[in-house]
Amino acid sequence: MSYALEISGLKKIFDNGFEALKGLDLTVEKGDFFALLGPNGAGKSTTIGILSSLVNKSSGSVKVMGYDIDSEFGMAKRRLGVVPQEFNFNQFENIQNILINTAGYHGIPRLEAIPRIEHYLRRLGLWDKRHDPSRALSGGMKRRLLIARALVHQPDLLILDEPTAGVDIELRRGMWDFLTEINGQGTTIILTTHYLEEAEALCRNVSIINNGEIIANSSTRDLLATLNTVTFVCDLAEPVSVAPVIEGYECVLVDLTTLEVEIDRGQSLNEVFLALSANGVSVISMRTKTNRLEELFVSMTSEGSA
Amino acid sequence: MSLGNYEVRKKDFGNPNWVAYQTIVRTEIRRFTRIWVQTMIPPAITMTLYFIIFGSLIGRRIGEMGGFDYMAYIVPGLIMMSVITSSYMNVSSSFFGAKFGRFIEEMLVSPISNQTILLGYVTGGVARAIFIGVIVTVLSTFFTKLSVHNMFAVVSVMILTSVLFSILGFINGVYAQSFDDVSLVPHFVLTPLTYLGGVFFSIDLLPNFWAGVAQLNPILYVVNAFRYGILGVSDISLIWAYGMLMSMTAITYIIAVRLLANGAGVRS
Repeated sequence: MSYALEISGLKKIFDNGFEALKGLDLTVEKGDFFALLGPNGAGKSTTIGILSSLVNKSSGSVKVMGYDIDSEFGMAKRRLGVVPQEFNFNQFENIQNILINTAGYHGIPRLEAIPRIEHYLRRLGLWDKRHDPSRALSGGMKRRLLIARALVHQPDLLILDEPTAGVDIELRRGMWDFLTEINGQGTTIILTTHYLEEAEALCRNVSIINNGEIIANSSTRDLLATLNTVTFVCDLAEPVSVAPVIEGYECVLVDLTTLEVEIDRGQSLNEVFLALSANGVSVISMRTKTNRLEELFVSMTSEGSA
Repeated sequence: MSLGNYEVRKKDFGNPNWVAYQTIVRTEIRRFTRIWVQTMIPPAITMTLYFIIFGSLIGRRIGEMGGFDYMAYIVPGLIMMSVITSSYMNVSSSFFGAKFGRFIEEMLVSPISNQTILLGYVTGGVARAIFIGVIVTVLSTFFTKLSVHNMFAVVSVMILTSVLFSILGFINGVYAQSFDDVSLVPHFVLTPLTYLGGVFFSIDLLPNFWAGVAQLNPILYVVNAFRYGILGVSDISLIWAYGMLMSMTAITYIIAVRLLANGAGVRS
């Protein structure tokens, strides 16, 4: 099996003695759309920092597309694109020059870079802004500029550290489409995000990291299958004063017209609706209380910290 | 547009470090020319004042030094003073600015070698120093008749000096944590050393003890070697001056490359 990313025994101990990564092992297959999830301080950004040479590792090995980031530094870097969490471009430089410079740092001459830049800026809706200084862009535009910059050398592995943070829903959907498109063209994508519906919608495989260790690593579908309980929120047609009692199910009345029903794996929603009808309760709409992956994430990471 | 095949693309581009080097140099030159009011006008005004006050007004009372009219005597030192300050400040402020704005990460994430990063910044510093050196040289011709005794010495000392002080500026930029740290060394180290480095006087005027102490000042070698190139006189042996300049450049270069390799100031 050839991997886009192979991390083995990765450790990071900072100067103050804090052990951010405790021997991390992780593999991501080529062509995958992979989510790396974890609470703040879990070690996600440290891992990405090591991959992008912004953090020195204490021990362990990392290979990008089969190239070791220490002994085959150049080959590994040429295949890696990183979209950082924070804006880190020159605020006084115009957008086109930022991308020309990044291309140049990757050994791509200016004349070769310009058509690529036009393609990505047009695709990401920034072409008309190409002569503007980056500081003049809105937050969403800056996020898209980070993506264009990470793609200008056409990497085989693209890592995005919370790319949709602070981005409105319409733009987020646009970014999802774009990322799905480049993944379909063969680019392996690793995504960290706090929007777990994003990971559930986009990623085929998921790893959850907590306290510097991987605590779950499987396909998104398999991981969700381990979820034992789902809470549904039902909006009621008429107000009720007491939560109906349904044997085998836990029902909580949040307010007069909102009922929460907890359903275990193997139980049936049909039974719930039959029982509600029998109690004279009519449901006009229903949704899950939290995203399914979010529910799993919270239960796993809180177990880890207990 | 397909993402294409990397192996094919890579073959077309030649040495990626050469393209990266050109990119850094182009960016650096664009930076100091874009802010020309800050980078080019102040040294021109400062040096003009030196020529007027020290050369014309005070120099007329001093008469001769080292067998030359005082104005002619101080011109090489003042040109070197502007070269030293410009090369040092260009690299220290630019590298620290990239650290402060975090866009240094664009380079660290890319496959550029540490030496390419260093050489790119140093070349930017050399370019600005030569630019300023030429401006000050042209200005000096309004105050004295300038002749060149040895063109090779003039060009080689100017380039070696700007390389050395660009590297020193780079090291300053690596360690700097704030903008104060960037201006500290030029104000409290470079300027005093320049004044004591024989810009305005011959070290023959100093008592033996202080003349010996002055030999520890690297700027003394720079100023005297350049003065030899312009006037044909030097307080220091030319071979000794070149030896010192080249060995200091080599040592500081190795230190700067080691700092980058260890990630000092830029990696956690």
